[in-house]
Parts: sequence; C-alpha cells; structure tokens
Amino acid sequence: MTPKVAGENSDHRVVLYTLSTCGWCKRTKQFLNDYNVEYEYLDLDTATSQERIEAIQFLQEKNVPIGFPVIVVDGETIISGYKPDKIKEALGF
Amino acid sequence: MTSLDKVKQRAEFDAKAHGYYLNPDPEFLLNLLEGLRKNEERYGYPSCPCRMATGEFEVDRDIICPCDYRDPDVEEHGTCYCCLFVDSGTYASKETSPIPERRPMEKQLRAYGIAGEGQPELKQEPSSMLMNIGTGRKILYCKQCGYVVFREEPPYVCPICRAKREMFAEVKARLFFSTGS
Repeated sequence: MTPKVAGENSDHRVVLYTLSTCGWCKRTKQFLNDYNVEYEYLDLDTATSQERIEAIQFLQEKNVPIGFPVIVVDGETIISGYKPDKIKEALGF
Repeated sequence: MTSLDKVKQRAEFDAKAHGYYLNPDPEFLLNLLEGLRKNEERYGYPSCPCRMATGEFEVDRDIICPCDYRDPDVEEHGTCYCCLFVDSGTYASKETSPIPERRPMEKQLRAYGIAGEGQPELKQEPSSMLMNIGTGRKILYCKQCGYVVFREEPPYVCPICRAKREMFAEVKARLFFSTGS
C-alpha cells in the first residue's frame, strides 16, 4: 500500500522509495510538499516484505544503487538521493 | 524506552570522543536522533536511520550507530552516511549533502531479504562462541593497543587507539574450551 500525498502539481506521477527514519527522505518529502507536488511514497522499513522485495527488484532492474530516497518520475526518470535540482528539472520547474 | 535526550547525549559524547561534530542543521539533526530512537525502540539497538535494518543483531551489527563505515566516510566525505557525524570543515560550512554507500552490496541485499550470491545466511542470535565458529568470523587484534574483536573483518579504525585497519591481525590460535569439571 503506497500512501498518496495530495498536491496541486499532479502532471507527473511521482513515486518515492524512502525509509521512515531517514533524514534525506524527510527532506525530500518536505521539498515536494513545499512545491505542492502530488506524490506517492513507500517507506520500506514499515512496508511488507513482499513490497520491500518488489521495490528492491525494481531498483536493481533499473540499475539504481540501493539508497534512500529514490524518486521515480513517470516511471522513467529515476533520481537517487536528495538532489533538489534534478527533481526540479524532472518536474519541469 | 530510550528518550530522545539520551540518544542525543550518547551521540554528543561519541562525537566529542572521536573529534567529530553533530550535524549543524538542528532540524535535520533532530530527525536523525528521532530515527535512532525509533530504531532502538523497535529493534533493540540504534541502527542507522538511513539504512534498512532487519532486526537481527548479527545482520545489522555493522550499521549500529556509530556504524562501521563512519570513520572512513567522515575522512573521505566530511560526513558519515546519514550525516549525523561530520568533521570540523563540514560543521563550519553548515552544508551537508548525501554521500555514496560504502556498505557492501551483499549486506545491503540481506537486509531486504535477498541473500547475496554465495553469501551464507548469518545465524540468528548465536548463543555461544562455539556456535560462531564456521560463520566466517575471526579473532582479530590491534597490533598497536591489543584491542581484540571477534568478527568477519577488522574495523576500519581501532575504536580504542584509532590505529588504521591495516594494524589488525588475526589471532591464529587453537581454542580449547573447558567443561569446568
């Protein structure tokens, strides 16, 4: 189950893979909140083991280093780590 | 239950003891300390807030704060992986940014329930030293101060005298266990 955070900027489908305790993950969520971006997120530490394995397999398929947060924009653009400039670029800000 | 104050005091004490500083951003620091507190509450030990833990001590041991990777990370990047500990330069600049993960991939995968190739699963909660024989752990000692550890790899830095990893050697001795009779 991926919680969804509502926002006015919903042109892109933004999915975050995060940990509930991670400082950079919190900062990324805050960044998206500040820009009023709609996004879904999966905190892997509180997810089911099935969700966790699927998420990691997805990242491995895409050759993304396992680290958090991972931001997936429209299923294509993948940003690993908190990189505000790249997030803005991917969202067209 | 561990209080946030206790987690903070522990981190401050450790930073001071090793010549580090805590993250200069008060909000970011609070988030990390809260993450450590949460992990200690749910796992029984304060594993790194920015890494996935399993709840199995032997699997998570290297990411219990301060993690095995802190010293080389602070030396190379000016900050540890989660940015709790920083060096004086980073502290003064008040700017931190994410750094690459140093933890070996097989250990990361194990944390997600995906065993690394060719890596035997670690035994859970070994009840005696005898049970540990055969899990790849060795008795290692610091040639500088004599500190002894029983683990797979030597620490990056000796926690007692700060000697580098190269100063560790394996104790090649035959162990005899007395039955006490």
